[in-house]
Amino acid sequence: MTRELAHLSDEALVLLAARSEQTALGELYDRYGRPAYGLALRVLRDEALAEDAVQDAFLALWRTAARFVPERGSASTWILTLVHRRAVDLVRREERRRADSLDQAPEPGGGSADEEAWLRLQRERVQDALRQLPDQQREALELAYYGGFTQSELAERLGQPIGTIKSRMFSGLARLRELLGDPGLETAWTHRTSTN
Amino acid sequence: MDAQDLHELTAAYALDALGADEAEAYEAHLAHCARCRDELAQLSEPAAALAWAGGPATPPPALRARILDAAARERTKVVPLRRAWLLRTTAAVAAVAACTAVGLGIWAGSLLDSVHRERSARAADARAVEILADPASRRIHLAGADGMVAVDPTGQGALMLKRLPPAPAGKTYEAWVIPRGGSPTPAGMFHGGGTTTVVRLEKPVPRGSTVAATMERAGGVAAPTGAPVFSAQA
Repeated sequence: MTRELAHLSDEALVLLAARSEQTALGELYDRYGRPAYGLALRVLRDEALAEDAVQDAFLALWRTAARFVPERGSASTWILTLVHRRAVDLVRREERRRADSLDQAPEPGGGSADEEAWLRLQRERVQDALRQLPDQQREALELAYYGGFTQSELAERLGQPIGTIKSRMFSGLARLRELLGDPGLETAWTHRTSTN
Repeated sequence: MDAQDLHELTAAYALDALGADEAEAYEAHLAHCARCRDELAQLSEPAAALAWAGGPATPPPALRARILDAAARERTKVVPLRRAWLLRTTAAVAAVAACTAVGLGIWAGSLLDSVHRERSARAADARAVEILADPASRRIHLAGADGMVAVDPTGQGALMLKRLPPAPAGKTYEAWVIPRGGSPTPAGMFHGGGTTTVVRLEKPVPRGSTVAATMERAGGVAAPTGAPVFSAQA
């Protein structure tokens, strides 16, 4: 399969999809199909439902691509948001919600060696950031995002006022944003270069 | 629900953690609240980043064709655009998107993009890729650039960088391995540019040493002459 659009940015591909260019949709699928399916499977725990979620999300992308606004965020954020929303809709309908820890997620596999290396880096980076959150914030984010629980259900499940849950989710996301945006400049250039 | 209550729903909305009625009320509120639109744009990124923490999985191969077939059935009446128009327009959008991306800072999802492009670019140093992909390798994020250094159990190391700007004419990036308490030893030269740069380090990387790169004159030097462009404690 040739990938003649491989040089284009995600955002350019979304624009092409908005103009009914089917190969652009295929290229976006080739870039995000695996993370999308991994996410859907994580939330739904069922292969057939996960496929449905991914298919629905990519068709939603196809239908609404013209409404994508690059200034509001990256195309990858938008695509993964569509997949997550569909997966959560399905999990609520199917009553399949689970609250397992992240450690039970599948190991990456099936891509090329360099792709696997980057995916592993991405995964470790987000997991590292999650580990740095206070326990209660991490718990709220994980149960909401991977478990598909609503804030009201979380308040009941955790025995906390809803205001507390809202505040944990907000603080957790805000902190996660900081942690992911900063690659950690504390690493020292410890050995000065004056020896030359 | 009053406006103050609605303002407070942004994080839950970004996580898809609102019930159907609440989500509908919040979306109606978004249409005329610039503050919430800005906040949602900020919080959607870390929320979507959570997608990566669970790891990817390979869907059945038939799913791709099913999606494309369904897409084609939905849009049978649209006349395909002329190629020249497409290329002009996408170039313009790509330029805008690049500017936006700088404003958004380092963003996890876009890394995948560079991987896919790298796959069709010239083959990277196979040994470096092996080290980077080896599950037994230690991987450390770089400070000062978007990327990592990986060191396999035998101490062999490799660098992988995303969108490293190309070295100017007459210059080169030079990598250094600096053992704890020792002097920098040259570990290879590279030029950057493109979406992904993969570099095999020519010197072993003992635990506790520093891996760094400086900008040097073409041909390289025996000891670094300036501050590091990026570094990591390995």
